[in-house]
Amino acid sequence: MAVSVDPPQVTQKHLAKMGWTYTFLADPQDQAIRRYDLVDPEAGQGIARPAEFLIDPTGTVRWLDLTDDFRVRTRPETVLATFDRLAAGGGTGGGR
Amino acid sequence: MDRRRNFLPLAGFLVCLLAFVSYFVLFYRFPVTRDVPWANWLLFALGLGLVVAGVRRPFRQPERYRGRWTGATLALLSLLVAGFFAFVTMVGSRQLPASAGAPKVGQKAPELRAAGPERPAGAALRPPRRYCRRGRWGRRDRRGRRGGARLLGRPHLLSRLLVTVL
Repeated sequence: MAVSVDPPQVTQKHLAKMGWTYTFLADPQDQAIRRYDLVDPEAGQGIARPAEFLIDPTGTVRWLDLTDDFRVRTRPETVLATFDRLAAGGGTGGGR
Repeated sequence: MDRRRNFLPLAGFLVCLLAFVSYFVLFYRFPVTRDVPWANWLLFALGLGLVVAGVRRPFRQPERYRGRWTGATLALLSLLVAGFFAFVTMVGSRQLPASAGAPKVGQKAPELRAAGPERPAGAALRPPRRYCRRGRWGRRDRRGRRGGARLLGRPHLLSRLLVTVL
């Protein structure tokens, strides 16, 4: 699931363009990104810094990646490897 | 003897411009060239190499080439472009907040509540109103159901091919 500060209309156009079909929530009022303390004041009002969380069914954070570089995002293979490690009973830990 | 124009600095400067622009237009799309912009640094190396070669030519062979000041100016501009790219990719993109209040591993994540109806992204796209089934065109109603009795026209070759494949 992804959360973006873009309004739903912008998000829908982006999803249609990219062909993505997973759940994509719009947070134009910054409610979610404020609760997660992900607001980036340097980038302007209401812009989120990139972040990825793996949350288990109980709502517990099992893994997170707060990248230190705006351009460098978690790659899918990294998330899948983390899934495998957690499913195998491996320890938890941060991504970067 | 007429001295020749020295195009190498201009070519190098254009390559440097290409190296800068191509990152945001092209290479940013691919993680392998976005995370570490090696392709752009290769282009910058090529461009700066051309600029250096072009700047040296009129100084070493003044009887053959002209454009000392032009070459030096283009070299300075090329260096500025490369320096700005280095700043953007090494310093500017790292200006991120610490997010000290973000949930840590092992903590409960703040709950997210969707204000609207839960709708997967794929569901946001309505099915096309017109459809083709068994070689006949029809129209869906407002609920997306096929209206078999409302045929819109004769089937054409493409729809027959689709039916065959299906």
